Amino acid sequence: MTNSSVSNGSFKDTFKKLSTLPFFLPLVGFVLVFIIMVAVTDNFLTYSNLSNIGRQVSINAIIAVGMTFAILTGGIDLAVGSVMALSGTIMAGLMAGGIPMSAAILVGLALGLVLGGINGALIAYAKMPPFIVTLAMMTIARGLALIYTGGYPIAGLDQAFAFFGRGDVFGIETPIIITIIIYVIAYIVLNHTPFGRHVYATGGNYEASRLSGIKVNRILFLIYAISGLTSALAGVIITSRLMSGQPNAGVAFEMDAIAAVVLGGAAMSGGKGTIIGTLVGALLLGVLNNGLNLIGINPYVQNVIKGIIILIAVYVSTEKKKARS
Amino acid sequence: MGKLLELQGISKSFPGVKALDNISLTLEEGEIHALLGENGAGKSTLMKIMCGIYSNDEGKILIRGKEVKFGNYMDAIHHGIGIIFQEFSLIPYLNAVENIFLNREPRNKLGFIDFATMRKEASALLDKLDIKIPLDVPVNELSVAEQQFIEIVKALSLNAKILVLDEPTATLTPREAERLFRIMRDLKAHGVGMFFISHHLEEIFQICDTISVLRDGQYIGSMPVKDSNVDQLVEMMVGRKVENTYPPKPANLLRDTPILEVKELKRFKDSASNSFKLYKGEILGFAGLVGSGRTELARALIGADPVYSKDVVLDGKSEKLSSPDVSLAKGIGLLPEDRKAEGLILSFSVQTNISMNNYNKWLKAKYFIDDRKEQEDVKTIVKQVRVKTPSEKTIVSNLSGGNQQKVVIGRWLNNDCKVLIFDEPTRGIDVGAKAEIYELMRKLAAEHGLAIIMISSELPEIIGVCDRVEVFREGNIVADLTGDDINSNTIMLYETGNK
Repeated sequence: MTNSSVSNGSFKDTFKKLSTLPFFLPLVGFVLVFIIMVAVTDNFLTYSNLSNIGRQVSINAIIAVGMTFAILTGGIDLAVGSVMALSGTIMAGLMAGGIPMSAAILVGLALGLVLGGINGALIAYAKMPPFIVTLAMMTIARGLALIYTGGYPIAGLDQAFAFFGRGDVFGIETPIIITIIIYVIAYIVLNHTPFGRHVYATGGNYEASRLSGIKVNRILFLIYAISGLTSALAGVIITSRLMSGQPNAGVAFEMDAIAAVVLGGAAMSGGKGTIIGTLVGALLLGVLNNGLNLIGINPYVQNVIKGIIILIAVYVSTEKKKARS
Repeated sequence: MGKLLELQGISKSFPGVKALDNISLTLEEGEIHALLGENGAGKSTLMKIMCGIYSNDEGKILIRGKEVKFGNYMDAIHHGIGIIFQEFSLIPYLNAVENIFLNREPRNKLGFIDFATMRKEASALLDKLDIKIPLDVPVNELSVAEQQFIEIVKALSLNAKILVLDEPTATLTPREAERLFRIMRDLKAHGVGMFFISHHLEEIFQICDTISVLRDGQYIGSMPVKDSNVDQLVEMMVGRKVENTYPPKPANLLRDTPILEVKELKRFKDSASNSFKLYKGEILGFAGLVGSGRTELARALIGADPVYSKDVVLDGKSEKLSSPDVSLAKGIGLLPEDRKAEGLILSFSVQTNISMNNYNKWLKAKYFIDDRKEQEDVKTIVKQVRVKTPSEKTIVSNLSGGNQQKVVIGRWLNNDCKVLIFDEPTRGIDVGAKAEIYELMRKLAAEHGLAIIMISSELPEIIGVCDRVEVFREGNIVADLTGDDINSNTIMLYETGNK
């Protein structure tokens, strides 16, 4: 009796603590969906399926890191999917043309960084709105990918390249390992470095941050460059998984990334959000996708369900303004 | 002439302040009635009550002898009151006609907007007042004066019989002001009664019939314009205040080499060129009316806004100060007048708001913030500036205005600054907290050896706090006052251009 009430109390305490986390609701959603899927399907909780989810989630999760930075400053990056495709096809093209794998990957990553940097420069220094700049970059990068490939996939890649999308280390899929490393780095940068704190400050109040002497324009420039880099990294994984450079890869990926960030508790107005929340958001979307597939729900219906879940999650977590007396 | 509007015993309190105390005023038909008083005397509050934006705690409003109660702004409009705000309420991309008839556009039989009728009615209104403005261009392409005329016509088209003009000439050139006065005289002839708020006494003498003076929310008196004079009005506005909330000033400040010397700061090619010096340990006041260019000069100085030219010598070295971050690195900080919009990140904690611009102070292993050290330093600062807060993790929006201001001061105390510019540091802060802010400023100057600039529109605090005062008028520094010259009458005369 005494024992159970004590454990009960500590459970309550833990729950209370958990409930103050900014990503508490998506976490609950993730756990719920997870439990439901385990209950209604036979093959959800298998090693191969969980690995599969991990692989699927990793690409969106990595893109969502850059998106988190952008949204934390009150901006957005719509170019992520196209930049991913362009970096991926260039990497593939270089490899197919005989350039060593490591050099091809470096060029691909550098390209992502440069494209993101162009976005950043236009937003920070030319004072153009992030939505417009990245929308334009979205179509430009996609166009370049199609021009470069002539619209056809590029195959014939170095077999060693398969490691990034299909390989594993001690039985853990490489994309999952890369994702974990990226999230650890992003977590440390956002929470334990001046740069990370300045990202939050810039999004929390741009003008106050600027007047207090924070280099807000440099922050904006850098976060879009980072987003370009994470997009290119996702490009490495997807190109490796498909073992070909696909100019049409990643269409509408920006939407999944935005959904993950917003589900993770971030505010589109900036200043509020966490990197762990984004990971939870990406996982929630991942298990939902996978589970609905396993149950055999029509993909068209899946879209509707995902949209509704995003609306509900954001509605519940929106701070309602208290009515004034 | 009949009584248009009567205010009887109007009182209004805000938390901690009695903004208006038993005010009674009468506006006659065809009368232009000046409301005079320092910033914070209660003019704006009174106007807002007249227009239904605030509700009065006590007292009555009578229109043509009948008591009225305004639930909101629309009620006041329906009773024939029109207000011309300092900030216009026009839609910038619509033209004059569309603005005048906004939300009550005449419709044709099909329910679409009847542009022909609308335009005809608008031009009839404009003709009646002999106002000539282009009707087909978006109002944001018109001059400020023309926009103001549209506001007036809009109010009249709603059958306003009482107009409230809140500092209408503040943004006008003398010629435009002249046009406005012509229109006002015309309205007067049509029996419209007007309240006119202005800091420019000569305008009041030129256009008004009656003057009423407010001070600290109290009604001081009314008189016909023809029986009044400048000295008497200044006396009434300033009064004699026995407040002893100011920390003692240092007896003899040593002013040998300036810590900061600003020479020929020009915001635009044709704008005024200003120069001033600032010495270690002193509090220099920037006095002037609202809009006299003090904030603009401060922002231009730290590089927050572009400037045409400036020559800044800080601690003997010529500096560019091209942006706020450069100024911070050189040791100059600005505490902005709009605390909530420009000073603080309201949704962030006290700690973050204090430490936000100096994380480099707490780095360990070169790149990472030492949270423990940060917390210790923030705790010390919170104690030093006496922020009353449950904890350092409290969100600043939950603090009072005074404590919010102390958080901003704390942020700059966390930096190694030489010069701090306080822009309206006590705006919206209650009396007790004001005294604490003054004390903090004096302590920073005396003990930390900072040089401080205080921009303030409240004369008593300029006089009570500052060791030296630069008086601004229309973008120019028109006087540099020390010692006994720092008094209300002298400053007021310079501010208003009567000296």
